[in-house]
Amino acid sequence: MYRYDEFDATIVQERVEQFRGQVARRLAGELTEDQFRPLRLKNGLYLQLHAYMLRIAVPYGLLSSKQMRKLGYIARRYDRGFGHFTTRQNIQFNWPQLGDIPDILQHLAEVEMHAIQTSGNCIRNVTSDQFAGAAADEIEDPRIWAEIVRQWSTFHPEFSYLPRKFKIAVTGAPDDRAAVRVHDIGIRIVKNEAGEVGFEVWVGGGLGRTPVIGVVCRKFLPKEHLLSYLEAILRTYNLLGRRDNIYKARIKILVQATGGDKFAAMVEEEWEKIKDGPLHLPQAEIDRIHRYFAPPAYETLADIDPAFESAKLENPDFARWARTNLVKHKVPGYAIVNVSLKPEGGAPGDASADQMDLLADLADEFSLNELRVTHHQNIVYPNVRKRDLFALWQRLKAAKLATSNLGFISDIIACPGLDYCNLANARSISVAQRLSRHFSDPRKLDEIGELRLNISGCINACGHHHVGHIGILGVDKQGQEFYQVTLGGSSKDDAALGKIVGAAFSEDDIVPAIDTIIETYLANRADHGERFLDYYRRVGMDPFKEALYGPATARRPAAE
Amino acid sequence: MALLQHGALQPNSWRFVGDDAAISADEPVTVSLKRWQAEGEILRGRNALIGVRLKNDEQALALGEDVHRLALIEIEFPKFTDGRAFSQARILRDKLGYKGELRAIGTILRDQYLYMTRCGVDSVELPDGKPIDGYLAALKEFSAWYQPASDGRPTVMELRHPANANARRGGAPLVTASVAAHSA
Repeated sequence: MYRYDEFDATIVQERVEQFRGQVARRLAGELTEDQFRPLRLKNGLYLQLHAYMLRIAVPYGLLSSKQMRKLGYIARRYDRGFGHFTTRQNIQFNWPQLGDIPDILQHLAEVEMHAIQTSGNCIRNVTSDQFAGAAADEIEDPRIWAEIVRQWSTFHPEFSYLPRKFKIAVTGAPDDRAAVRVHDIGIRIVKNEAGEVGFEVWVGGGLGRTPVIGVVCRKFLPKEHLLSYLEAILRTYNLLGRRDNIYKARIKILVQATGGDKFAAMVEEEWEKIKDGPLHLPQAEIDRIHRYFAPPAYETLADIDPAFESAKLENPDFARWARTNLVKHKVPGYAIVNVSLKPEGGAPGDASADQMDLLADLADEFSLNELRVTHHQNIVYPNVRKRDLFALWQRLKAAKLATSNLGFISDIIACPGLDYCNLANARSISVAQRLSRHFSDPRKLDEIGELRLNISGCINACGHHHVGHIGILGVDKQGQEFYQVTLGGSSKDDAALGKIVGAAFSEDDIVPAIDTIIETYLANRADHGERFLDYYRRVGMDPFKEALYGPATARRPAAE
Repeated sequence: MALLQHGALQPNSWRFVGDDAAISADEPVTVSLKRWQAEGEILRGRNALIGVRLKNDEQALALGEDVHRLALIEIEFPKFTDGRAFSQARILRDKLGYKGELRAIGTILRDQYLYMTRCGVDSVELPDGKPIDGYLAALKEFSAWYQPASDGRPTVMELRHPANANARRGGAPLVTASVAAHSA
């Protein structure tokens, strides 16, 4: 993985000192809360319902075991013994004291981590494919480009006071695991007809109040021009993005109002003027960063490992986990392991300090010292020998980290919701917990098959409900928590936004409603191979409406 | 209003005049872009310096080649959260090659001052009596930069690959002296 050189280390250390000064000025009353707010936000520090929340950047989701151990230390010393992994591959601590934040940042700097630009109206932490470098379907490793973007966007003097937040995702595989089409900028590594590798650049996607699938801004961008092209997009947005209405300020609104083609032409015009300037990427720098992501020293192994095969035969629980939580590795004899942070009855994405320590230890023992955080709020071991899988699984199981539900209905994405967030209308975690208990039988999960269920506690959509096959949105109805259900969303290469099925459900009715939706699907699908999403796309909303609200003729208008 | 420039408070000899106000013959003034475009010929004929105050929804590029006739351009930060003028500054410096004084007016927080100087701003207007120590300290909070901007400071990438940087800068040697020693 990338290691800081003297420059990276200097910048992060100087940031610690700068923020220490800003906190001191706030505590001394030299800064008002209004003046401190944008400063703390650029460092991932929010004021939530009960306390400050610190969001720490995990650039493109990549963590060393040493870094994970440090997160465990911070959870134990400065929080209440746990942390929350987020949909942007970051981690949040919900209970730090303001006066402790500079020290926490110092601890982070010691392991080459920070909280830079994890919030605020600036370019946020870059996200990527959690299987980068290990996936069998990858064209090229996206982490190199994510790191180049991370450096360019860090303390960019021109783009630190944008109209609104700005999220960039990079993926290197045709199977889009980074949801690039719902980002402000999505970068896909592609091969053109001449066989050259470059980027397809998407712009103007996003969730939130106004969910939009992005548009292609440029079909093929040669690699050395990545930064100048991004700069052209950002400059266009910084000058023209709306600043009169916070809800219309994201780039998606500008792109829609301008028209995708016209916006792309404006970007092109700006880019032509700067593409051969100092942002032109020297091959030496690309090579330098590339070297940090050189493949580890994989052993030459047979792809079929007899010990792994016999362990599966002898232990059905292990066999099930191997079937649901492993992904094909590009190197024979290795596997990519997904560790579910969605245990039955748990808060999605939460990990205790002890679990973080164990996850770090297991990375050292089994996965070449490396872990990943996924935007589905799980953890990945990218490089595990198949022969070690059974031992790893046993250790995970003992720590309640071996839930076999990856990609199933209980692998829920959920925002922190009303339990923590001062924007939320309704609780998310409690609904996720109830659903994960309701759908805990492994046989039931198998019967349902692949299904993405995402929950947001408010319209800001941090839980990505629009792109869940089933989405749940918390709304406020006269002071009561209600839940609106959407169907048919996807964040993958077939990206789509879910549609609202009908009137919202009360807190008591939401789990039965989801059950009804699932039973409707199970009773009517063509066969076991027809996924929920496929079934919905084939038959549409009507069978679900009927099951939930009764026949159309009998339905009261309110149910629409 | 006080003026922070060259590391100290300076007297401000400039005045902004509205579109309908009279302009005396020998006083340095800034005018709106609109007035400059309408009366540029007359304004240039005076025996005094002339400048333009750009609104932050106006296109800096609209000044075109005329930019070289201006001794001062003022850009606005109406709220500290409104960062359009950062891009205007870069367009004035990098695209139009403006060499005169570039002044930031409006809400100028010390924590933005460094970014302003990076984007080519060389003077900022501050309320009278505002202590400037914090502003001067803010300029020294960072010593390395990832991205090129309008201040000519070498980037981290250039420092990592000096040979390449020299070629791209047209043979001009890379300045590797203290990056904190900036004109602002």
